[in-house]
Amino acid sequence: MAEAAIELIGIDKSFGAVRANRDINLDIERGTIRGIVGENGAGKSTLMSILYGFYQADSGDIRVNGMPAVIRAPNDAIALGIGMVHQHFMLVENFTVLENVILGAETEALLKTSIARARSELERLEREYGLEVDPDAIIEELPVGLQQRVEILKALYRGAEILILDEPTGVLTPPEADHLFRILRQLKEQGKTIVLITHKLREIMAITDTVSVMRQGTIVATRETAKTTVEELAELMVGRRVLLRVDKGAANPGAVKLSLRNLTIRDSRGVTMVDDVSFDVRGGEIVGIAGVAGNGQSELIEAIAGIRPAVSGTVMLDGRPIHVTSICDPGELRDRGLAHVPEDRHHVGLVLAFEQSENCILGYHDQKQYLKGPFLDGDAIIADARTKSRLYDIRPSNPRLRTANFSGGNQQKIVLAREMEQDPGVLVVGQPTRGVDVGAIEFIHRRLIDMRDRGKAVLLISVELDEIRSLSDRILVMFGGRVVGERGPDASEGELGLLMAGVEPRDAAA
Amino acid sequence: MELFGIAINVLDSTIRLSVPLLLASLAGLYSERAGVFDIGLEGKMLAGAFAGAAAGAVTGSAWAGMATAVLISVGFALVHGFASITHRGNQIVSGVAINFIAAGSTIILGQAWFQQGGRTPSLGEAARFGAITLPGADLLRGVPLLGPVYSELVSGHSLLVYIAFLAVPFTWWVLFRTRFGLRLRAVGENPAAVDTAGISVAWLRYRAVICTGVLAGLAGTYLSMAQNAGFVKDMTAGKGFIALAALIFAKWKPVPAMFACLLFGFLDALSIRLQGTPLPLIGRVPVQLMQALPYILTVILLAGFIGKAIPPRAGGVPYVKER
Repeated sequence: MAEAAIELIGIDKSFGAVRANRDINLDIERGTIRGIVGENGAGKSTLMSILYGFYQADSGDIRVNGMPAVIRAPNDAIALGIGMVHQHFMLVENFTVLENVILGAETEALLKTSIARARSELERLEREYGLEVDPDAIIEELPVGLQQRVEILKALYRGAEILILDEPTGVLTPPEADHLFRILRQLKEQGKTIVLITHKLREIMAITDTVSVMRQGTIVATRETAKTTVEELAELMVGRRVLLRVDKGAANPGAVKLSLRNLTIRDSRGVTMVDDVSFDVRGGEIVGIAGVAGNGQSELIEAIAGIRPAVSGTVMLDGRPIHVTSICDPGELRDRGLAHVPEDRHHVGLVLAFEQSENCILGYHDQKQYLKGPFLDGDAIIADARTKSRLYDIRPSNPRLRTANFSGGNQQKIVLAREMEQDPGVLVVGQPTRGVDVGAIEFIHRRLIDMRDRGKAVLLISVELDEIRSLSDRILVMFGGRVVGERGPDASEGELGLLMAGVEPRDAAA
Repeated sequence: MELFGIAINVLDSTIRLSVPLLLASLAGLYSERAGVFDIGLEGKMLAGAFAGAAAGAVTGSAWAGMATAVLISVGFALVHGFASITHRGNQIVSGVAINFIAAGSTIILGQAWFQQGGRTPSLGEAARFGAITLPGADLLRGVPLLGPVYSELVSGHSLLVYIAFLAVPFTWWVLFRTRFGLRLRAVGENPAAVDTAGISVAWLRYRAVICTGVLAGLAGTYLSMAQNAGFVKDMTAGKGFIALAALIFAKWKPVPAMFACLLFGFLDALSIRLQGTPLPLIGRVPVQLMQALPYILTVILLAGFIGKAIPPRAGGVPYVKER
């Protein structure tokens, strides 16, 4: 066995009554890629924050390269050669790449020499690791994949030998994620040690050498990646068997419920985001829209849901038009049986400061069953939230709890419960399982299939190609604002990937 | 030629009137660029003006006055820092409180110490920052055009005027050319990035707030020890807020802040000059309207003519570590 870069011995950490980490023992060999998987709240991030000096462990020891280490602040971690790429980038958005790289690592009181040194050092790092990025670009003008590269460069510039990445692919498109993996492999070849925290099992299989599974604050297993399977890891994470494949019968499409014709949408700067899109969604089918984020899918469902005006085109709901080209009232659409699960639940789907019960009726709060005269009927609303909690397994089952205190998966279930329990004829759903645990994903997928089987029309948008492929009865691929192809559910990942990248598969193959 | 004289005259008072705005505006710039909104500029200026005049009156020394003014103003700034950085309080509430405390305590202490209805005794020449005649000003006075411009506009101001205008390039240099400036701007945009880079967010913000205190103290000193010869109650008269407006107007940049302050100073100078003077076509304009003019224009400018002013992104938000 090679020498350990990091040893964690008996780490314990509690926040109030919650024990986030208990008796963690972990050895990470130098020059390997270690995956740490676990559901949200399993304690992965806490553990890594202890390693990076954000928190101090209540008890336990840390050794770095065999030497006992005391890490009280990020400074100590940096000095020990530990670098971290956070899930939410720690970049100053209106600074240049160079400025971000030197921030905190400036050697002199005046910037001039620091910047000059950083520029040549960056050039070296770029050459060595294939991390090209324009040093004078402003961060907010860079795509997220490049922003992440800047985070990696920041760590390397500080001489990191051990690199921790927290959910690095959450914001990346599939090609960007592939590129990241290539970079990580290259870093490994140069002798760096990499710790990858994620809840995406495919990534673990694709890139790690060994993987440790965390559940409820403890490490429940460590496996060699080559000798384990996705199924085993999922079971270890959740603590029970998980169905990763969705079982579903054949679709039974009925009448057209939602019909788009020549829909064109421009954003506030006048850039065409959706370009002349037409398709139908029938009752009893799930139509999935695949595409790399930013190719018009978001704008498309926002227009259908009535929260973004289109420039031209028509949308028909049950044969009657929706006024998509003017500001239209989403409440009216709800009354007409169109439910919308927005992509961004935090900003559009929920009021995080509200109680769960309030979020369960948001947008439907003027319906009779929630009212007592002109006032809201508190008892009825609480009872309603309890029912929804039971049906959708929302935990904890506490209607009075602030929504912000629920985990991501349970927040998503609150939105789904609210929209689906209205029994809409058409469900437009964006990123239903973004940031959601494996166990809850299974549940949400089951619910969407149930909707379909009850004859509802479901329009699904997701950046997870697997999700699109396993749920959809028909797959539309969007690229550059246009629908560039339609495929059946058995289309190969490679074929869809090409379409998503804007490459037309050869006519012979199509 | 008489018109030229009037122009020089108005521009000269423009400079005098914009100096307190400029110092206060730059004061606010340090704090707000670091993410601490400071609505208490007015209070710090007022407290500084009082402390300076009081110390000047007692000691008879302008320098002692200035030192006291700066000290007191920094003290108030640290109170604001303690409330909003250490205790993560609401920065607006803390700033408003400082304004109230300054307005009330200056009058009470002034009355208790000097028994002149809240005024401080008139300061003698030695206890004031008098006009400095630059070399050659008297020689050049006779030269047409250039002479009056140099001897009237450039020369003949108090030391604080020169400090204020030199503080503009200096602030720019600090912000954009030094490590401190880079970190200061970063902490106002994304304190988490600063924290993860291993720099103390609190200490950085405290230093920014101290810079604010120093400059606000100088602004107060100018009011009571250069422009006037003593403290009068409420002598800041909203200048702290106008300075804040200028800062927003300038999008938190030092050089535009200078021009914004000069503009407000110019409007003020113009309104003084035009009082009682009949205007062509319009005739005599009521004094009150002329006095209100800078404020009316401020509202119009701020409402419609500056485009979108994007404040430092972390401004007004106390920093709490995530997770």
